[in-house]
Amino acid sequence: MSTHQTPKPTWTGRVREAAVEALPPEKLLPDGQPTYVASWIYVFGVASIAALIVIIGSGVILSLKGPAWWHYTGIGHFFNSIHLWAVEMFFFAMVVHLWGKYWMAAWRGGRTRVWITGAVTFLVAVPTALTGYVSQQNFDAQWIATQAKDGLNSVGVGAFFNVTNFGQMYSYHVFLLPLAVVGLVAAHVLLVRRHGVVPPFELDRPALATGPPQAGRTPPAVPNGKPPPATPGVGS
Amino acid sequence: MIVLAAVFNLNHPAHVVEWHFIQLSVANLIVIALMLVVFALAITLPFPGARDRAIARRTGGEPE
Repeated sequence: MSTHQTPKPTWTGRVREAAVEALPPEKLLPDGQPTYVASWIYVFGVASIAALIVIIGSGVILSLKGPAWWHYTGIGHFFNSIHLWAVEMFFFAMVVHLWGKYWMAAWRGGRTRVWITGAVTFLVAVPTALTGYVSQQNFDAQWIATQAKDGLNSVGVGAFFNVTNFGQMYSYHVFLLPLAVVGLVAAHVLLVRRHGVVPPFELDRPALATGPPQAGRTPPAVPNGKPPPATPGVGS
Repeated sequence: MIVLAAVFNLNHPAHVVEWHFIQLSVANLIVIALMLVVFALAITLPFPGARDRAIARRTGGEPE
């Protein structure tokens, strides 16, 4: 039996081939990274994902027991606090990672989608957290919901959803928005795997140090963001 | 039910800093300041082992 069979024209076969072509196994799970990946900035990216896992885990427990559970049991209060502080860590680490990648111009070298999925994750995480605050079932939630209502109405989006509607906000918080955040984070990580981590600026390149281009002279080369070969020993 | 006291007295309205139309709670300002400090440290502190790996890469040897 020949090992070189022509793939059958099925959608599953086409999807498999496209997936393997976009992300071959050595790219999906690499065992080495360039030396410049050894930076604290990436620790904060990984810390964001770790915090997100804790958020999802504690959130699942809270949703199993219901939104009022944390008000009348110590263990419920404990998991509510785990959930809250994991969110604090998630935003803290994500913002530090975002600042670092902004100043590294991490969209270079065809990484526009990597940057956009990361930035949009932050934007979608904000309403995810807001809907959590208005799902607390206490006066704080009522205060935040009424304040948010005025703010959202002032920018004309109040017709699409109602932040004082607990059922709607709870559904957004435990399903729709987390689904979006997790999907965006997954896409972000897969895109990083596909395109590789953006290399640092090559400031020592002579063409860049000579200032603006002059007449009759070739303009300086802009770093194209193409990564050098991976070096074993730097964990991914 | 035993309720442990907070390290700080939280039984009061939040302290707020106002500057023109900007209004921020002191707690949020502290978190923002901490993020800036951590960001500065993240880009300035060397990553453990990074120097050894860079030297090993240039010389073609194994990192220590």
